Amino acid sequence: MINQLSWKVGGQQGEGIESTGEIFAIALNRLGYYLYGYRHFSSRIKGGHTNNKIRVSTTQVRSISDDLDILVAFDQETIDVNYKELHSKGVIMADAKFGPTKPEDTEASLYAVPFTEIATELGTSLMKNMVAIGATSAVLDLDIQVFEEVVQEIFGRKGQQVVEKNMEAIKAGYEYMKEQLGSNVGAMELEKADGQKRLFMIGNDAIAMGALAGGCRFMAAYPITPASEIMEYLIKKLPAVGGTVIQTEDEIAAVTMAIGANYGGVRTITASAGPGLSLKMEAIGLSGITETPLVIVDTQRGGPSTGLPTKQEQSDLMAMIYGTHGEIPKIVMAPSTVQEAFYDTAEAFNLAEEYQCPVIILSDLQLSLGKQTVEPLDFSKVEIRRGKLQTGELPELESKAYFKRYEVTEDGVSPRTIPGMKNGIHHVTGVEHEETGKPSESAANRIAQMDKRFRKISNIKFDTPVHKNAPHEEADLLIVGFNSTRGAIEEAMDRLEQDGVKVNHAQVRLIHPFPVDEILPLVKTAKKIAVIENNATGQLANILKMNVGHAEKVHKVLKYDGNPFLPHEIHSKCKELF
Amino acid sequence: MATFKDFRNNVKPNWCPGCGDFSVQAAMQRAAANVGLEPEQLAVVSGIGCSGRISGYINSYGFHGIHGRSLPIAQGVKMANRDLTVIASGGDGDGFAIGMGHTIHAIRRNIDITYIVMDNQIYGLTKGQTSPRSAAGFKTKSTPAGSIEQAISPMEMALTAGATFVAQSFSTDLKDLTALIEAGIKHKGFSLINVFSPCVTYNKVNTYDWFKENLTKLSDIEGYDPSNRENAMQTLMKHDGLVTGLIYQNTERPSYQELVSGYSEKPLSEADLTLDQEYFDKLTAEFV
Repeated sequence: MINQLSWKVGGQQGEGIESTGEIFAIALNRLGYYLYGYRHFSSRIKGGHTNNKIRVSTTQVRSISDDLDILVAFDQETIDVNYKELHSKGVIMADAKFGPTKPEDTEASLYAVPFTEIATELGTSLMKNMVAIGATSAVLDLDIQVFEEVVQEIFGRKGQQVVEKNMEAIKAGYEYMKEQLGSNVGAMELEKADGQKRLFMIGNDAIAMGALAGGCRFMAAYPITPASEIMEYLIKKLPAVGGTVIQTEDEIAAVTMAIGANYGGVRTITASAGPGLSLKMEAIGLSGITETPLVIVDTQRGGPSTGLPTKQEQSDLMAMIYGTHGEIPKIVMAPSTVQEAFYDTAEAFNLAEEYQCPVIILSDLQLSLGKQTVEPLDFSKVEIRRGKLQTGELPELESKAYFKRYEVTEDGVSPRTIPGMKNGIHHVTGVEHEETGKPSESAANRIAQMDKRFRKISNIKFDTPVHKNAPHEEADLLIVGFNSTRGAIEEAMDRLEQDGVKVNHAQVRLIHPFPVDEILPLVKTAKKIAVIENNATGQLANILKMNVGHAEKVHKVLKYDGNPFLPHEIHSKCKELF
Repeated sequence: MATFKDFRNNVKPNWCPGCGDFSVQAAMQRAAANVGLEPEQLAVVSGIGCSGRISGYINSYGFHGIHGRSLPIAQGVKMANRDLTVIASGGDGDGFAIGMGHTIHAIRRNIDITYIVMDNQIYGLTKGQTSPRSAAGFKTKSTPAGSIEQAISPMEMALTAGATFVAQSFSTDLKDLTALIEAGIKHKGFSLINVFSPCVTYNKVNTYDWFKENLTKLSDIEGYDPSNRENAMQTLMKHDGLVTGLIYQNTERPSYQELVSGYSEKPLSEADLTLDQEYFDKLTAEFV
C-alpha cells in the first residue's frame, strides 16, 4: 500500500493529454484524495511535447513530487524526456503503436500497451486516453467504476453510446494491463482516501471566484497566458449578477477601462501576465496619482519580453513594486495557495477602495494553472468594505466649488464621490492637483499631496502578511519564499528537520508595503536565511535585505530554468549552507 | 433645470487667445444644458495635450487621464453607470496617433458615448510637431523638409470601422457644433465628432481663413442623406474630407449596452456587491 502516487501522462500537444489527466484527477479527487497537478506545455496548439503530472496523496500536497511512479507515454519522446524521474520500481505504460523502447539506464519496467489498437477496435482511436486510464487503474488496483461519473459528465451530452464506449475503453485497458501485470496487479495499491468532497481547481479559478465574491462586477482584459482563465470564468459568471467582461483591443485599454469603471463606482478587475503588466505601467501610475481604486492580477511567467510564456518564473516582483514612473502608493500581495488566492482577491477590492490605490495580486504560472485539491472555501470570511466612498446626500457645495476629493486628511485617505453624485463634482487628473483635483504646481501643495498619498499605506491592515511556520525560537535556518513555492518549501523543511536542522519558514503574502515587523523577529533569530525564488537575480532576497538588513545571513536559492522547484532541490541547496 | 452657465466653472483655460478649443468648450456646455443634463450627470473624460485640459474647464465630473487613453477610460465610466452622459475628448494626436487603436475599437464596439476630437493638424503643447492629420508636405519642427507621410482621413476611417454616428464641424460654427454634440449625445451608440479647431500659434497653414475657404457644409449639398453610407463615403472622398455637418448616422444598430447579455438595467455602480450563500455554494460545487 502506498499513500502517495505520482503519475504523468505525456504525448504531443493536441492529443488530449490534458483531458486524460483531467478525467483521472477529477475521479481521484472525488474519492477524497488530495491532488496537485503540473502541466508542461508549449506556446502552440498542435504538436510539441506536453505532459500532465499529477500527484495523488491521502494528505494535503502543494508541490510536484521529486520522482515519478507511473509514466503513460503516447510517443517515444515522452519516455526519453521524462524517464529519469521514474524511480527503480516505476512503471512506463507506452502505446504499443510506436514500438516503445526503454532507455538502458533505468530500472523502471516498460509495458507496451496497445492503447490505440484497443481504442480503434472499440470505435475510435480518440479513446486511447481512456484505455490508458484503465491500464493505470490496473496498476493501482482501482475500481474503474470511479470513472463512470466523470465520463458521464464529460461525454453525456454526446449521447449515452459515447459514454458507454468510453467506459468500455477504460475497462479494456484495465483488463489488458491486469493480464500483463499478473501477480503485480496492485503493485501500487493506494491507501483508501477519506471520501471527503473537496474542490479541485486552479489558482486562476480561485482568483476569478474571489473577485466575484468580493463584489467585482466588471472586468476589462486582454487574453494572455497564463491569465486568460480568470477572464473566461468571469465572462461566464458576471452576467448572472448584472456585470460583464469586455475583451479590449489591448492591455492599455484593459487597464484604463478598468480605471474608468472603478472611477465610475464599480469594482473592476483586470488581469494579465508580465508583457501586459509592462504595458499597463503608465496607467497604474494614473491610478496611483488619481487615487482611483484598481485591482490588477499579474500571473507571472518566464520573462523578459515573450520569454518563456508557458513556464514558471517569479521575476516580476521588482517591476510590480516599483513599476510606473514616479512614485505612488501601491499594494502588492502574493497568495501562496489556491485558498489564499481566493481570499486575497476578494480582499484586494476592499484594500483598493479603502486605500484608494492600485492593488496588484501577484500570482505565478504554477499557482495560476496548477490544478489542485482545495479545502472548502469559507464564504463567510469575505467582507465588503468600501472605505470612504460617500453615500447618501452630500452637503450643498458653494456655487462653482468642487468637492474636496483630495482633501488632506490625517490618515491620508480622502472622501470619495463617484460620477452621478450630486454635490460630489470634482476634477480628476494625472497632473499634480490640489484638494478639489484642479491642477497645481505649487511646491507646498506638491508636498502635501505626495505626503497624503503615502500616508495612506504607511499603516495598512492586512490579515496575514506573512504565512509563518516558526516552531523554533532560535532557528538554524529561516526559509523565505512567495507564491507557489510554499509546498516545495514545506516538504524541504520537513526533510531538513529530519536531518537535524532547525528550520523556520516565512512565506511572504504581502510583498509591498513590506511587512518588516512580521519578518524582522524571524530574521534576527535565524543563523542563516535562504530565500527561495524562481528568478535569476534574487529579487525577494534583495527586497528582504533592503527592508530588514542582515545581508550577511541571506543566501539566494534560485531556479530560473522555467520549472517549479522540487522539494529535493530546496532540501539539498539548503543543506549546502551547513 | 441647468443652463449652459451651470456647466461653467471658475477655472480659466490655459489655451492661447484665439484657440479654437474655446468654442468647443462653449458648445459642449450649451449642448449639455440643451439636452437637459444636470452637471453631476455628465462625465467628461479627456486625453493629454492642449485640448485634453477641457475636462477641467467644464463644471461636471471630469477625468483628465493619460495620453491617448480617453476612450477606454470613458467607456469604462459608461459601463459603470449607463445613466451618465459620457463625453470623451482630446486632440488629433491623442485620438489618431497614440490612441488610434482605441478610436477604431471604440467605434466598432459602439458603447453609447460621444467622442469629440479637437483637430488642429499639429502638436501644440509640445510646441509644433507633425500630427497624423498634418497634410503631406506640411513643415513642422519634426518635419523640417515637409511631412512625407499621408494624413489620416478620420471620417472615412470611421465609416469603414462601422461607425454609427460620424460628424464633423468647425469650431467657429458654434450653433452647428452645439447641435451636432446634442445629436451625438442623443445617439444610441458611439458618436464621433471631429472638430476643426485651429491652432493659432503653431499651424500657419490650416488657419481660420483656410478652413472658411475650403470647407463645404453638407447642408448646402442638396438632398444629402446622412443615412446613406455609400454616399457619405463618396462625398468625403470628393471633398477630401473637408465637409461639416452630420456625415453619417445609423439609427438601426443597437448600442453595445443593449447587446450585452445579462447587463444590469440600472447603473452597475448601484449593484448589490454581495452574493448569497446558496449562490456561492453553487459556484463551488462546479469544482467538486
